[in-house]
Order: sequence, then structure tokens, then C-alpha cells
Amino acid sequence: MGFFASVADVTEKLASVGYLASPAVATTVFLADRLGKPLLVEGPAGVGKTELSRAVAAATGARLVRLQCYEGVDESRALYEWNHAKQLLRITAGQDENWEETKADVFSEEFLLPRPLLTAIQGDEPTVLLIDETDKADVEIEGLLLEVLGDFQITVPELGTITATRPPFVVLTSNATRELSEALRRRCLFLHIDFPDAALEERIVRLHVPDMDETLATSVVRVVGALRAMELRKAPSVAETIDWARTLLALGAQTLDEDVVRESLGVLLKHQADVLTAAKRLRLDSVLR
Amino acid sequence: MTVTGRLVEFVAALREHGLQIGPGETVDAAGAVSVLGLADREQLRHGLAATLLRRSGHEAVFDAVFDLYFPGSTGAPEAARGVSTIEDLREALTEALVAGDSELMAQLAAEAVAALGAYGAVGEGSSPGAGGWSAHQALERLRPQTLIARVAERMASGEFADRFARDEARSRVEEFERLVASEARRRVAEVRGRDRIARYSVPKAVDHRDFVTANREQLAALRRTVAPLSRRLATRLGARRRRRRRGELDLRRTFRRSLSTGGVAMSPAFRKPRPGRPDIVLLCDVSGSVAGFAHFTLMLVEALHDQFSRVRAFAFVDATAEVTSLVADNDADPAGLVERILAESGVVRWDGHSNYGRALRDFVTDSLDAIGPRTSVLILGDARTNGGDPNLAALRQVVGRAKRVYWLNPEPRNSWGSGDSATDAYRTLVDMYECRNADQLTKVIGSLLPV
Repeated sequence: MGFFASVADVTEKLASVGYLASPAVATTVFLADRLGKPLLVEGPAGVGKTELSRAVAAATGARLVRLQCYEGVDESRALYEWNHAKQLLRITAGQDENWEETKADVFSEEFLLPRPLLTAIQGDEPTVLLIDETDKADVEIEGLLLEVLGDFQITVPELGTITATRPPFVVLTSNATRELSEALRRRCLFLHIDFPDAALEERIVRLHVPDMDETLATSVVRVVGALRAMELRKAPSVAETIDWARTLLALGAQTLDEDVVRESLGVLLKHQADVLTAAKRLRLDSVLR
Repeated sequence: MTVTGRLVEFVAALREHGLQIGPGETVDAAGAVSVLGLADREQLRHGLAATLLRRSGHEAVFDAVFDLYFPGSTGAPEAARGVSTIEDLREALTEALVAGDSELMAQLAAEAVAALGAYGAVGEGSSPGAGGWSAHQALERLRPQTLIARVAERMASGEFADRFARDEARSRVEEFERLVASEARRRVAEVRGRDRIARYSVPKAVDHRDFVTANREQLAALRRTVAPLSRRLATRLGARRRRRRRGELDLRRTFRRSLSTGGVAMSPAFRKPRPGRPDIVLLCDVSGSVAGFAHFTLMLVEALHDQFSRVRAFAFVDATAEVTSLVADNDADPAGLVERILAESGVVRWDGHSNYGRALRDFVTDSLDAIGPRTSVLILGDARTNGGDPNLAALRQVVGRAKRVYWLNPEPRNSWGSGDSATDAYRTLVDMYECRNADQLTKVIGSLLPV
């Protein structure tokens, strides 16, 4: 532990790799680092949950190990697996040795395939472990995470317990499609990342699209903010704001006007119903088909 | 008081608002305090939130309680000591709103409460409890809502984005009103004691908010909880179905898996059984007294529609009409759903008071074939018959045909059976559940629906 010296240090280091953190994000990252606790990040899609762990890794020069969760991800995908094919080969190759020798040999580290969780715990280098979309995994995997995240150790029955010499900085992300268990939540610090406020979003846009004119960036952020206030199926995310800014730049738009917005609204909104609602509220006449 | 003592009290106050916080979290919070220090109040707020909160949706409660227990200042803020006239305040507020300067807005909110919000004998050093500070009164005098047009006009700078100037101005005024409310809470807490104020004047978390008494804005907030709620329910139902039992051995997949182990079948694969999905029929009272509740339930069930093979919705006030199609295309305007039902479907034929007896009779005569042996029926309403006949015979027919019937009642349990409520009669035939907020509704729907 001990990637960061202070909250200001977090903000600065993350900014240096292109992640502008709000005070809430910076404070929580600093705490997670200091208290040595995993960080559970929730929030709408596209506000930079996954990006945060990438930024922490980049800012501190740590390696990033990622476990992508999905329905049906299991122990052998998350922790480790025995390399059965190789073990069979080994047994066939050593036809004339006795069983005791073979058994001892076949269950050694050579035949162990480390998966993300084991990889993150093994080794001495500083590590950021990202457990992405934790809510997509089945409930059983959470029990597994409890052991790993509580003590940073993994038990392999044939080898014994492997304990981390240098605990990784853990980030779990979730879109709240499923309620995570209380036990898991209790072991983590909780961070809800929401859409950034207008000033921060403007800075983010200007950072990623440096060629954009300042007043145009302001208008872009204002329009996106207004769209988010409407009741849409899917509000535009920060990533989409940046895409839109790039699109406008590519279209050569100097200012926002009806035609430009009508042409490019599809970059921001991904449902036809939303496009219609927005067009009505934006008073874009001759509504799109 | 020590910091630890303050922290423990703070946690206790949060618990009273339905946040589940264990001692472990309190220890973490203390750790956060010692790492971050007390110098930066916003840092402290974020640090405590990270250690004490466990899910989204509780931030508003947390912030309100935090402001009470870790106030920015006591007494009147420096800037607020000079007495200013209402006109001066309005002028300054306009400037702050145009600039969107939250710091200045907070300062003006403090000033407004100090200058305009006092009532009774407060501030004269007399006995506590004789007066106080009222956000309502301060806002009544300052009337920030009337500034919206002016602010919007001044914000406009001749661009496309000006089309939202009015919306932006409105939301800034709302933010200012929130600041005034929290400032008044803080001041009252100084006079009356923090615990009492924390208990009574901090708004409830969204999922504990009462359907029936929620105002327009709160209903909008509730509506936004529908999507995550329905997703959560759907995955829970799905998981239960998936786990129910192992199916028969799937030979093909078992063979496929065994290839990587040289033909030795290390992990057999099983075929999962595919259970049928239940039908559901909703029968909702949409009269004024319970409209908020009916609306919310309709939306939730519609959002869950892929969990059921068929959903049919019927609404009634004093006559019954099928509203399935109206509910199904509520994409258009979820806010106006109940208004549209009332306007378009003919659920009001007589005097506009809900009449359960007639509604049940209509339903049984016209639509009893909607109910089959696989159907679960949900009846939503407060069972207040306005003195009319409850028509138990019709309900008995419904119960006889359906697989299960549940009654969800948005009234508090202790007022069931009082006055014109026919709950006692209906409860002899069906199970009735209290269902006053999103939290209870989720639990009821999650646990009642057959898998």
C-alpha cells in the first residue's frame, strides 16, 4: 500500500494520466489506498468506473490485472485451474515411475494455470486488481471474493495457502443489475460515481478534445446536461459527450445550431424514443424520421 | 464532545433513517477520520460516505444528517450578520443564480434564513422551544421562483444551448431552496437539539418514501428507481429459477468438455429445465387517494413484463376497464400514465368515488376469462368502499379461478378496518400485505411471485 501521499496527490497523479477526478473520487481512492480496503464503484454506465482503475494503474506504474465477470464465471476462471492436458502428458511420459512420485510432481506449480485473482496476489510488483461488472457474476463467486478480498490469500488444496506479499489495490465495479451481498459490501469502501458537474465535464471534454473551441465546449456540456435532466431511457454518458464533441469537430461546426444537432443527435442518444423526446424538447422542427 | 462520540451519534442518527450500518463500518469511519483529518469538511463528508454508505440512493439522507452533525459553522455565518433588505437579497441571489456560483448561493441561503426565517421569540435569548427558523417562511418572503424568468433571460448568450436556460435556471433555484432548507434545519438543531431534528426533519430515502403522500417531485424520484428495481427483481427471480434443480445429463456438452482432458469426462454438463412463466392480472384502484401507488406498481410490473408470459392490467374507480395497452406503451410519458387511464379508458362512470363492489362485479362479468389456472392476481387498493357493498361473492369467484390472489394495500396496517375500510371482510378471502413504499413493494413482489 501507499501509492499516494494525500488527496491532492491523488487528484494530481490521476490528472497526469488524463483522468480528472472529482473530490469525492479522489478522497475515496486515497482512503482505499490508506486503509487497504477494496473499493466498490457503482454508477450509471459510461461515467468512468472501469477507467478509474486503469488510471490508478497508469498513474502509479502498477500492473493492471482484470477479471471480467459474466454469468457463469467460476472458480477455475477466477482463481486458478489445473492444466489437465499437461498433467496427462506428464503421467503418460513417465510410464515406469511409481504413483507416489508422479502424484507429487503433477500437483506442483508447473501445472497450475493462474487466473486473474491468483495472478494479482502472486508476485511482488505493485498491482491494481480490477473486478469488472461484479454484478454480472453469480452469487457463488462472491463467497470466493470474500476470502480473497478479506485476507488477500487463496487456498489451493494440493499446495497450501498462497498469501499476498504485497496486497493489490482492488477496484470492483457494478452497474447494480443485481444486488450484491451485504457481506461483500461490508468489506469494501463504497463510491457512487455520478455524472460530473458542468465545470468538471467541461474540463474533461477540453482534455480529450483539445482542439475544441471553449465556448463550443460550454454549449456541448450544457446541452448534454439538459438531456440528462429529461426522462430518457438512457441518459448520455461522459464517453458519449466526448464522442459528440469529436463528431462536432469532425463536422467542422463552429457553433451549435439546429441542423448540426439534428444530424449528430444519434451520437448521444441510443434509442429512437429518446431521440424523438429530445427533438421535441429541443424544438428541432421537422423532426427526424 | 469528542470526535468519536460525535461519530457514534452520527451513525445512530443514520440508522434511524433505515441505513444499516454495523460497528465494523463505524470503525472504518473512524479510520477515515484519522487518515483524512478534520480540516477539510468536504473531504470528511466524502470519506465518511465511502466508509458508511453501502449502496446508492441514500446520499440525500446522508448529506442532510451530515450537515446536522458536522455543521460548517454555528450561529450566523460571517457574511450574514449585516441585515439586508429583501430587495437586496433578491438582487444578490439573481447574480449568484446567473453565475451558477454555489458558494455564494449557500451564503445567501444562510443570510435568507437569518433575515427572513426567524419566527417566535428566537434570537432574543428566551426559553428554547418558543420559536425557530422556518425555511418555508424564508422562501415565502424571498420568492426565488419568481426570479426564474429574469435569471434565464440574463443567462442567455445567444446560442443554441439557450433553449435550456429556463430549465437550468429552474434547477438552480431548486438547488437554492434545498440550501435554505438545510440551513434552517441546521439552525433549528442548534436551538432544539440535534437528535430531535435529525429524527423528524430529514427527508426519507427514496425507497422508504410513502407512495400515497409523495409529492410530484418525489414521485419522479420514485419513478427513476423503477428501472434498477425491476432489473434487480428480475435477476433475483431468474437466479431462483436457474438454481431450482439440476436437469438431466447433457451428453453432447459433456463430451465436448472432455476433449481437453483426453476424453476423460472430468466435469459433466447438465441440461437445465425450463420452467413456465406465470400469468399475471393486475386489478388497480386508480382513484385519487391511491393513484401514486397504483401508478408505481403498474410501472414496476410492466418493467418486469419479460418475467411473465402475459400481463394484463385492469383499472377501476367506480367502473372497470382494461388498460393493458395504455400501460404497455407508457414509454411515451410515464408521468401522465394515471391521468391517461382516467381520461381514456372510462374507469369513471358514476360519481368518481372508488366503488370496490361495482368494480369487482364489472370485472367478473366482462373479464373473468382473463384468469386461468396459472394466473396470479394482484389487487391494488386501500379497500375503502365509501360505504358501498364490498361484493365478496365476486371476489370469491376470482379467488376460485386464479392460482393465487394477493391484495396490496398502501394504507398503514393499523388503520385497516377503520371507517369505511372493508379490509376485514376481504381478508377473510385473500392475503393482504401492507405496501407503502418501494422497499415493501419490492419485497412483496419478489417473495410472492411463484417461480
